[in-house]
Amino acid sequence: MNKRLIWRKSVNAVMLTLTGVFTALTVSVLFLILGCLVYNGAAALDWNFFTKLPLSPGELGGGMANAIVGSFEIVGIAALIGLPIGFVAGIYLSEFDDRYFASLVRFVADLLNGIPSIVVGLLAWSLLVVSMKGFSAIAGSVALSVMLIPIVTRQTEQFLREVPQSLREGALALGASKWKTIVTVVVPAGSKGIMTGMILGIARISGESAPLLFTSLNNQFWGGGITQPTASLPVMIYTHAISAFDDWHRQAWAAGLVLIALVLVANISARYVLARGISVPRG
Amino acid sequence: MSTVAAAPASTIGKRTQTGDVIARWVAFAFAASILLLAVLLVYQLWAGSAGARHKFGWGFLTSSKWNPVTQEFGALPFLYGTVVTSFLALLISTPLGLGAAIFLAELAPARLSSALTFLIELLAAIPSVIYGVLAIFTLVPLMRTTIEPFLKGYFGYLPLFKGVVFGLDYLTASLVLSVMTIPFVISVSRESLLAVPREQREAALALGATRWESTWQVVVPYAKLGILGSVFLSLARALGETMAVTMVIGNDPSIHASLLAPGYTIAAIIANEFTEATGAVYTGSLVELGLVLFCLTIVINAMARLMIVATTGKGSKRA
Repeated sequence: MNKRLIWRKSVNAVMLTLTGVFTALTVSVLFLILGCLVYNGAAALDWNFFTKLPLSPGELGGGMANAIVGSFEIVGIAALIGLPIGFVAGIYLSEFDDRYFASLVRFVADLLNGIPSIVVGLLAWSLLVVSMKGFSAIAGSVALSVMLIPIVTRQTEQFLREVPQSLREGALALGASKWKTIVTVVVPAGSKGIMTGMILGIARISGESAPLLFTSLNNQFWGGGITQPTASLPVMIYTHAISAFDDWHRQAWAAGLVLIALVLVANISARYVLARGISVPRG
Repeated sequence: MSTVAAAPASTIGKRTQTGDVIARWVAFAFAASILLLAVLLVYQLWAGSAGARHKFGWGFLTSSKWNPVTQEFGALPFLYGTVVTSFLALLISTPLGLGAAIFLAELAPARLSSALTFLIELLAAIPSVIYGVLAIFTLVPLMRTTIEPFLKGYFGYLPLFKGVVFGLDYLTASLVLSVMTIPFVISVSRESLLAVPREQREAALALGATRWESTWQVVVPYAKLGILGSVFLSLARALGETMAVTMVIGNDPSIHASLLAPGYTIAAIIANEFTEATGAVYTGSLVELGLVLFCLTIVINAMARLMIVATTGKGSKRA
């Protein structure tokens, strides 16, 4: 072998190895993060965390029961608002229009998807907090639903597009009207993918804290309904982590572990739903 | 005979037609609500920042004062911090992400590749505040005690590494951002690489190119627009990233040449000061910062989407 060839072969070997190393490095960051959370979080997690209210700084113990409930409340309402809107908008994009208006909506949905979450928080603040003269759970829910809508829209559209055209034609040929075709044939055929998209969307918004900082704010006590400031897990993690108290840091770790567990379970189960009997051949 | 048959047929036709028309309009209204949301967002940001826009004009963008007491506000330190941390983050995450994307798209067997891709997607699913918790409790002490004194010791003569070491600074924020943006670089780059036709690789290999040469000189250039798109997409994410950055940037509203000095970003100052802001000018200034951030990310995102559409035929066309 001449020198040139040896050189080329060694460059080949080195660079290909390097790409593998980079991949390993990236994936190891995930395990590092999870390991660190489990190590610190498991030590800090106890039954009180799920059943007690936060204590004032300096006191030992307490929990984040209100934040756990608050998170479910805020995210639940956000899902009630965001999922139907996103779902129907997705149906429109996939089934009703393929021209300028649909491309415009698609593009705007993608741009909305890329907007920093804190800016979405500003929108919900000026829409709801200003008019209602106070921070409220519902303002937080609206902020999160604004983030959820474009995600669900695009996912719904994507999976409906993967439904074979022949299914639609079959239903239409049997005399079904278009909306009947959509409701009884197209949507059921794409339902697994759409469910996956919805679960992933909810998982994504349930970890958001930036849009909640000045919409649902925070609360050391049980919230007083959807028009009152309400505690949420991500905001609680933030305030506890930047505080100066060791016991609050401990709580932040515990809350971090709980939050990541929820998010990972959602992600993995979404993947599972999709992998188990996908109703549509993926393109 | 024909009249008997025609009558029910036409009523059925009418009934299904009305149903379709209603369904169409309902769906249209929901789709249009997305456009409405976007318009509402722009309007609220514009109207909400009126107090600051009228008082400072374009000077807002070039002033580096930030003083709630004297009601003087300028965006420059935050713009600087946002741009510096994001660029530095991409400087780290682009080569790493592209390398990993090449591995996943070109080298790894399909099963390994899809398993690893799933793990990397999980990395993208980790909430920002959790990155912040890890950064503040593990990365910051490490930076303060080990990495930054090391940098200062060897490169301290450079203005980039001057000053007292706190651990809460541009460099730490950039590192956190780089980890957070890698999954985006990887997933979009990987898709663009996978969209390159097989013949391109085969032709290069048939001409005697090594695996790396075929990848680097044929496949990557073919997918370069999509890869660039992935970088822009990550840049937009980095610019708007809030929680993790807020927790490690140090929160100092001034401009420093040193990467080891504390700084501030647009998203961080909104997160920190919005609830305490009083008066039209103070609140308006924060909303205007939001508007600036919005414009930055919209432009970069739009460019990214167009590039990704051009290479993979996906992006805005499909998923």
